[in-house]
Amino acid sequence: MKAIVFVEQRDGNIKKSSCEAIHAAAGRFDSCTAVVLGPDLGDAYAGLGAYGASKVIAVNGDGLEKYSVTAYAKAFCDIVRETGADVVLFSATAMAKDLAPRVAVRLEAALASDCTALSVEEGDVIATRPVYAGKAFIRVSLSTPVKIFTLRPNVFTIAETSDAQAEVERRAPDLGEEDFSVQVVETKMSSGRKDVVEADVVVSGGRGMGAPENWNLIEELADVLDAATGASRAVVDAGWRPHAEQVGQTGKTVSPSLYIACGISGAIQHLAGMSSSKCIVAINKDPEAPIFNIADYGIIGDVMEVLPALTNEIRAVVGK
Amino acid sequence: MNIFVCISHVPDSTTKIKVGPSGKEIDEEGVTFILNPYDEYAVEAALQMKEKHEGEVTAVCVGDDAVKETIRKALAMGVDKGLLIKAERTRDSFGIAQAIAGAIRDKSPDVIFCGKQSIDYDSCQVAGMLGEILGMPSVSAIVGLEMNGDGSVTLERDIEGGQEISTTKLPAVLSTDKGLNEPRYPKLQGIMAAKRKPIEEIEAPPYENRVRVLDMRMPPAKDAGKIVGEGVEAVPELVKLLHEEAKVI
Ligand SMILES: Cc1cc2nc3c(=O)[nH]c(=O)nc-3n(C[C@H](O)[C@H](O)[C@H](O)COP(=O)(O)OP(=O)(O)OC[C@H]3O[C@@H](n4cnc5c(N)ncnc54)[C@H](O)[C@@H]3O)c2cc1C
Ligand SMILES: Nc1ncnc2c1ncn2[C@@H]1O[C@H](COP(=O)(O)O)[C@@H](O)[C@H]1O
Repeated sequence: MKAIVFVEQRDGNIKKSSCEAIHAAAGRFDSCTAVVLGPDLGDAYAGLGAYGASKVIAVNGDGLEKYSVTAYAKAFCDIVRETGADVVLFSATAMAKDLAPRVAVRLEAALASDCTALSVEEGDVIATRPVYAGKAFIRVSLSTPVKIFTLRPNVFTIAETSDAQAEVERRAPDLGEEDFSVQVVETKMSSGRKDVVEADVVVSGGRGMGAPENWNLIEELADVLDAATGASRAVVDAGWRPHAEQVGQTGKTVSPSLYIACGISGAIQHLAGMSSSKCIVAINKDPEAPIFNIADYGIIGDVMEVLPALTNEIRAVVGK
Repeated sequence: MNIFVCISHVPDSTTKIKVGPSGKEIDEEGVTFILNPYDEYAVEAALQMKEKHEGEVTAVCVGDDAVKETIRKALAMGVDKGLLIKAERTRDSFGIAQAIAGAIRDKSPDVIFCGKQSIDYDSCQVAGMLGEILGMPSVSAIVGLEMNGDGSVTLERDIEGGQEISTTKLPAVLSTDKGLNEPRYPKLQGIMAAKRKPIEEIEAPPYENRVRVLDMRMPPAKDAGKIVGEGVEAVPELVKLLHEEAKVI
């Protein structure tokens, strides 16, 4: 089977999770072509060979510098058709959630979103995906000739890279004004900290932090770990933290290597967003808090005391 | 304005999930169903648009008779009427989008609101698919919406590490995320009025799922974690475990 991977870039940087998708495709299918839309990335295209892409199709110009769901769908589908790919992969990012459904309709292809496992069994592709906020998993098979999967970021880890260079082909898209019926006019990136979805370590705070003023304790721990900061819905609803930090059923789904929950009770809707984290640490003064049921390691104690000590101890270990 | 809002009928977010006898779906015994939480933002957005620009709001749901209860909840919030598109409740997102598109294409919608995702299968697909099928623009997971004088709308959505601002023209399909608004609670008066509001029923054409469920399983059981200790004294041991055992720092 021939696979094609939609590679996402923001501000000239290729997303790590797109590289995960390339690596996942290269290890499972006969060939893997990466398609990169947007501003010219120069030498970076060939570098995608490191993850297993044999070919990169770079599409620049003609208004593609800024994301437009309608134009991107058309330009990408034109390439998929032409290459005759049977499998299309995306990383399940905000862009893919917007774009993949339109691509699926255009290609008359079935779409399985946010998959956490993908395997080829007797010539068919079987995907595993969480449903009911991770309370159950389904395995699905897609009945259409072209099959599309979006992969949950941070789940398909990159086992190894090589120094292979991919063959790069440049294309001009065939787009008219009518293809840009939706147009991004501005992206506002918050400077500094990583996003919860993309970070390898997340330090999250809940109502047990007591007050927004105490968030410096979360921030300091996040600094030594180069982590993103997350929050429970209780503190987002209280206006202590921005919505973009909310983890859970009505927030973001994260699967970092390390998730540290500070003063978070572990309500089922919170667990929905973080239970696939590889290692979970909970700090809570209530030994009965449900978060301890899913934590790998727990400390029963007051966050106000434990957090500063933890930050110091980790600083000593990582040497920051 | 002719405003549509697509709603789904889902198990309450606190429901304990059990796999049913088919091995492919949940056991619905004892499960309470609610209006999909993301669709509450969609209903609120539709109602606010109607309040500002006049018009009519129709709540659309693809499903069996059981979903009428959820349509009534939207009517109780202030939606004017319901449209039940009768079909099995197991349809995949494309099947749902196709049924909705077929039913409302000729009703000249000015805007179609959806939720970002339905918290049963968490697909995040219907809005974009509906847009593509109807040949309308679509923007998913919006947290900001402003109508401009010239018939265009400015939308804000959260992306990894920031926000994205885009513009499009109506008619369009917009899916809503938490943060867009504060959904209103139905008042007693609204609940009474909802009983008298009309729900039109039509049959969806037959459809065979493109996404075929082979089986449903519970997540692998996780070993009970380790309580490292109490208070500050436990910190050195925790850091040692994270460094040497879990190897995450
Ligand atoms: C439809 C729906 C969707 C939802 N979506 C989400 C979601 O996306 N994300 C989410 O998080 N929630 C969500 N919720 C809310 C969820 O049910 C909980 O209310 C919420 O997660 C609780 O947040 P919390 O743990 O911060 O607060 P609490 O439940 O109040 O817990 C605070 C914890 O802090 C501990 N504590 C207090 N003081 C200290 C201290 N000094 N030191 C140490 N520990 C301390 C307490 O023992 C307690 O365990 C949703 C709810 C619904 C109904
Ligand atoms: N059965 C349904 N009937 C009507 N609208 C639906 C249905 N299922 C999903 N939707 C709409 O599509 C959105 C996204 O659902 P999904 O793509 O399935 O995650 C939901 O928030 C609803 O607005």
